[in-house]
Amino acid sequence: MRRVPIPALVGLAITGLFLFSAIAAPLIAPYGVSEVVGDVWEPASSEFWLGTDNIGRDLLSRLIWGGQTTILVASAATVVSFVTGSVAGLFAAVIGGWVDQVLSRFVDLVMAIPTLIFALVVLSVMPVTIPVLILVMGLLDSTRVFRLSRAVASDIAVMDYVEAAELRGEGRVWTIFREILPNALSPLVAEAGMRFIFMVLFVSTLSFLGLGVQPPGADWGGIVKENKDGIVYGIPAALLPAVAIAALAISVNLVADWVLDRTSSLKGGRNG
Amino acid sequence: MLGLIGESGAGKSTIGLSAMGYGRGGIELTGGEILLNGREIREASGRTLRSLRGAEVTYVAQSAAAAFNPAKCLMDQVVEASVSHGRATRAAAEARAVELFRKLGLPEPETFGSRYPHQVSGGQLQRAMTAMALCPEPDLVIFDEPTTALDVTTQLGVLSAIKAAIREQGVAALYITHDLAVVAQIADDIMVLRQGKTVEYGTTEQIITAPQEDYTRALVSVTAKAHEEKITDLPPVLEIEGLTARYRGMDRDVLSDINMAIQPGTTLAVVGESGSGKSTLARVITGLLPPVAGRITFDGRVLPAVRKRRTREDLRELQMVYQMADVAMNPRQTVGTIIGRPLRFYFGMKGREQRRRVIELLDQIELGEAFIDRYPAELSGGQKQRVCIARALAAKPRLIICDEVTSALDPLVAEGILKLLADLQAREQVSYLFITHDIATVRAIADTIAVMHLGKLVRYGTKSEVLAPPFDDYTDMLLKSVPEMRLGWMEEVTAR
Repeated sequence: MRRVPIPALVGLAITGLFLFSAIAAPLIAPYGVSEVVGDVWEPASSEFWLGTDNIGRDLLSRLIWGGQTTILVASAATVVSFVTGSVAGLFAAVIGGWVDQVLSRFVDLVMAIPTLIFALVVLSVMPVTIPVLILVMGLLDSTRVFRLSRAVASDIAVMDYVEAAELRGEGRVWTIFREILPNALSPLVAEAGMRFIFMVLFVSTLSFLGLGVQPPGADWGGIVKENKDGIVYGIPAALLPAVAIAALAISVNLVADWVLDRTSSLKGGRNG
Repeated sequence: MLGLIGESGAGKSTIGLSAMGYGRGGIELTGGEILLNGREIREASGRTLRSLRGAEVTYVAQSAAAAFNPAKCLMDQVVEASVSHGRATRAAAEARAVELFRKLGLPEPETFGSRYPHQVSGGQLQRAMTAMALCPEPDLVIFDEPTTALDVTTQLGVLSAIKAAIREQGVAALYITHDLAVVAQIADDIMVLRQGKTVEYGTTEQIITAPQEDYTRALVSVTAKAHEEKITDLPPVLEIEGLTARYRGMDRDVLSDINMAIQPGTTLAVVGESGSGKSTLARVITGLLPPVAGRITFDGRVLPAVRKRRTREDLRELQMVYQMADVAMNPRQTVGTIIGRPLRFYFGMKGREQRRRVIELLDQIELGEAFIDRYPAELSGGQKQRVCIARALAAKPRLIICDEVTSALDPLVAEGILKLLADLQAREQVSYLFITHDIATVRAIADTIAVMHLGKLVRYGTKSEVLAPPFDDYTDMLLKSVPEMRLGWMEEVTAR
């Protein structure tokens, strides 16, 4: 086992911290998510480590609970996006012909509409609940995964070992999941990291615009929205969730880079 | 002219490039001296090197197609180095280039330079690159496998053109190749390399006629193996009648009216240059490309033209081994999985039973149990090809199609593979359809031979018939073009 490079360690540590606080939120959050415990926009103190928000809730607790929601929604949406996108992409590449044409043109069509606007339209006519949010985000984003996995798989599908499997008489499912997928995995894993970050940004944006997680539930985008007026008075409450978003994005990216690096230089990896 | 010879990884190209003071891919030249015209260049500055390269020393790469810029006409590229180094004015350089085109036997030398790389053939492109290297009147030209990617008939022309041009210009040359027979025709001295060390260094005559080292001796005798032809009158395992095929969207047949048959336990060698339709034949037989007309009979039953309609038994009895073993195996599967899968797929073998059979097969291909958990990336080229053979063998096939299985391998490794194939045939009574462009390989393995040219079968029969006169024109040319391991062979052939 090689040594883990320092950037990856930093990334792992920060990502781990976020994950831990998300999972252990009920244990470590000092107060409840919508508990009003103090005055409006109190400064940081020993009682409220990061101060209070626009209606006097403890900001640290809000951030921890909000992180839980944000990470949950983003992860679930990434999984949805990934499974749909990569399975469809691999099938399109292997089957080819009109199946590929129909899928690819449909994806082009969806991608032609800006994702955010599409999401806003859909969410404004549907009840905004967490499952709906996850599905809408995941499906919209799966178009990008589809494109990538289809491109990667078409490269692999022309390899002699795929032809050898075909000549052996293997079925499509074997060809896709045993011959192609393992070799397509490393770019896809790196992409998964990227997609996750986009999902974090996406859900934060939606919440900021009021179509994401609904109050009194907390998520980072929502906290920015609630406290944005404070910026005018020099109150940093809105900046803290923004810092959290940035820190998570960067740390996940560092980890994804390392994973890509590691899997592609594995024995028999694509770079030899 | 010095010929550098050795198998891949012997360090031939590293020597060639270091003669220009260049280390490829992070290679550092850690010691020793490189003297060019008496000047030490190993530690020369970038500026000095730049003034040398393309002027005093020039380079001819293996793949001319990849070395030329497709967006510029040939003349621009041929004279570029001479002009930018100030060795000649543009007009003088062009005049010289035309002269070189003429000497190298290129068609219409006056206007040849105005063509673009895609408008000329591979052999012509390789000659144009030689012209490019000779144009600045260098003192040293480095040829790095300039004919390896060419067909034998083209190779002969390029070789004699290079030899004549070099002799006439009076420049020194370093000729890198893995083919001793080629270098014997063209070099004055030969250095044999292996794993970065000199094995033997002497005049061409001494190396070819009186090699001192065992390794050199093995190289010299590698093509001398002959194979006793077997003839049986058993009903053929595969019979092809009137086969015609074309690719979709093409208006000419890639294969037209091919008839051939393979007897059980024998080898049919299909010989031809690139574009002769040999590989298409394999695709048609395996069902990847349904033919336009014709019939394929396998073991007395007519095979469906499309692979999807063939039964599992049809597929099992007809296996294929590919040219590039690297891409014929899934890099994410171990040797055990690769060989075990056909066992599971065709015979339902699992667990310990499967493992035992895999080990048995590994023993047959002379690799042994230790290889079972390795990945393809941990194998050498020859070992990879052996694993591919074991995978084909695992299906207990009646016929194995071998598509240029030895042409990507070093001569001694290739010889080992051929011997293995012959042993397996004797033991398992499997037939081979052996596709190759190399006559030496054919001599070493074939019982019957089919010579193909432009999609047609030009000659077909037992080995002794096909390789004995009277020849048709094409077979004659093909046979004559194969370099022989003796001095003066090229002069004899080109004089005729």
